Amino acid sequence: MQTIQQQWFGNIRGDILSGIVVALALIPEAIAFSIIAGVDPMVGLYASFSIAVIIAFVGGRPGMISAATGAMALVMVNLVADHGLNYLLAATILTGIIQIFLGVFKIAKLMRFIPNSVMIGFVNALAILIFMAQVPHILGEGIITYVFVAVTLVIVYTVPRFIKGIPAPLIAIIILTAITFIFGIELKTIGDLGTITQSLPSFFLPDVPFTLETLQIILPYSLALAVVGLLESLLTAQIVDDMTDTKSDKNREARGQGIANFVTGFFGGMAGCAMIGQSMINVKSGGRGRLSTLVAGVFLIFLIIVLGNLVVDIPMPVLVGIMIMVCIGTFDWGSFKYLVTAPRPDALVMITTVAIVVYTDNLAIGVLVGVILSALFFVASISRVKITEQDGIYIIEGPLFFASTQNFVQTIEQATVDQITIDLSSSHLWDESSVGAIVKVVSKLEEQGKIVTVKGMNPASELLYQKLLGITTSQ
Amino acid sequence: MYPHILLAADGSENSVRAANEAIKLAKCSPSSIIEVVMVTDFEKSKQDILHAQSAESLLLERKRKISNVELLLTTEKVNYKITFLKGSPGSEIVRYANEQKADLVVIGSRGLNGLQEMVLGSVSHKVMKRVHCAALIVK
Repeated sequence: MQTIQQQWFGNIRGDILSGIVVALALIPEAIAFSIIAGVDPMVGLYASFSIAVIIAFVGGRPGMISAATGAMALVMVNLVADHGLNYLLAATILTGIIQIFLGVFKIAKLMRFIPNSVMIGFVNALAILIFMAQVPHILGEGIITYVFVAVTLVIVYTVPRFIKGIPAPLIAIIILTAITFIFGIELKTIGDLGTITQSLPSFFLPDVPFTLETLQIILPYSLALAVVGLLESLLTAQIVDDMTDTKSDKNREARGQGIANFVTGFFGGMAGCAMIGQSMINVKSGGRGRLSTLVAGVFLIFLIIVLGNLVVDIPMPVLVGIMIMVCIGTFDWGSFKYLVTAPRPDALVMITTVAIVVYTDNLAIGVLVGVILSALFFVASISRVKITEQDGIYIIEGPLFFASTQNFVQTIEQATVDQITIDLSSSHLWDESSVGAIVKVVSKLEEQGKIVTVKGMNPASELLYQKLLGITTSQ
Repeated sequence: MYPHILLAADGSENSVRAANEAIKLAKCSPSSIIEVVMVTDFEKSKQDILHAQSAESLLLERKRKISNVELLLTTEKVNYKITFLKGSPGSEIVRYANEQKADLVVIGSRGLNGLQEMVLGSVSHKVMKRVHCAALIVK
């Protein structure tokens, strides 16, 4: 891994420029995610500033961008609707504490247990939910709204072919906001949904009673936020690792996410995590080091302080168009091929994860069910032992353990010949059940007056067999 | 003749033809080495990571993509090594060739993604214009 000095100052010019690009691309997203969560745009903007700046110092993946995100916003919708902003801030602080603990206890190792079918389901469900959150802003808003959404999409997909340095969403915002002014077009704006404060965030304690009841309210949300945040952050870290061909410290990143959320809660910001899209923009724009993340956060708040009064005039349909672009970028378009080519259980797990998230509106539940389902499929698939019989020789292929012994016992018990050989050279004994199964089968057949030989046990299986039967060779 | 030959490969028919030409040139002198360079576009990273079981299986997956070129190099018994790079294919090949001071860049005239070329211009053309050493474009 690189030294601290390289992580900060190894790529100064590239990091500053990319940080500026990311800040410009972050503003519309931070505002849109605030609107999804049902809070004032400042909550997302302060969160993006605070999280980006803190994670630049304490994160484990230099060059990755963390801020207010759609995944987190979607988890907190009900909490905000039922209990208000202060409970969200308290939940954000608790999310931080949980994530710090998970980081200390090396959560990153557990990531390996989340199969890719669940991760694909996760990003697809995320894209679908963000899209669904946009629908109320489009439907029934009149023909001009549709036109603005469409024009925004045309701009964000065609302009990058010609102008590379400036993020296309920003160009769409500037052009279309100018058009509403010039032609006096009346559209719903960000100002209609919230306010923009042109000041730095300040420290305050969330106004909630410090009681067990409060904890009962926020804990389920904090747990879900902690899981969803780490999931997306560690996935993004893997992507940035791959893009830059460098390694990262995933457990440090988990702790860093926790610290960032913990502090952000005290500064009026909502919980956030790493962002796949923004991190990719950063790397593509030349960002590699911690400096890029710091610049993104600082420049974002600078822009809000200087130009905040203009931000309220951005028409909502433009923001909706940008969010649709985010959905298209988030969705894994390789999924359709995956559904056809992947093993059936994997495809089913992916679909189930998406379906449960869309049905429950909760990313954490979808991931949990997906992981459990795929674990069950995994056990079911390796518990299928293949048994072939020829002239009384039974060849066992596949591991023998608690889930696979039943089939083994049933098949061998039905042997009709007098001399039986059980060939275990393509198998492995894993646990008490497997040793017990061998003992059971052998004694049962011997009771019937048959001669049974067990051969081909590998050294590890042999050792387990002897140990569990109390026959130790080292007598 | 050319001690360090850089062969841009993406596993397409064209890159196999380019490999054949590179092999002919490498055989001119026994000390020649062919460096097979495969560039993965940044945009592909997300999908690759999502669809790979692990970083190790992803490496295997990418190696498999250019196995046709590698097979050719082993059967023809030339010195070679494989390098994986990330970024936009055209500029990354140019950057790497210039940085490594390669003596020759061999590249197929058309890669895997024909549609992208129509919009963004051909990678081979870009490489030929901007690389500092000799370039061979194989039709």
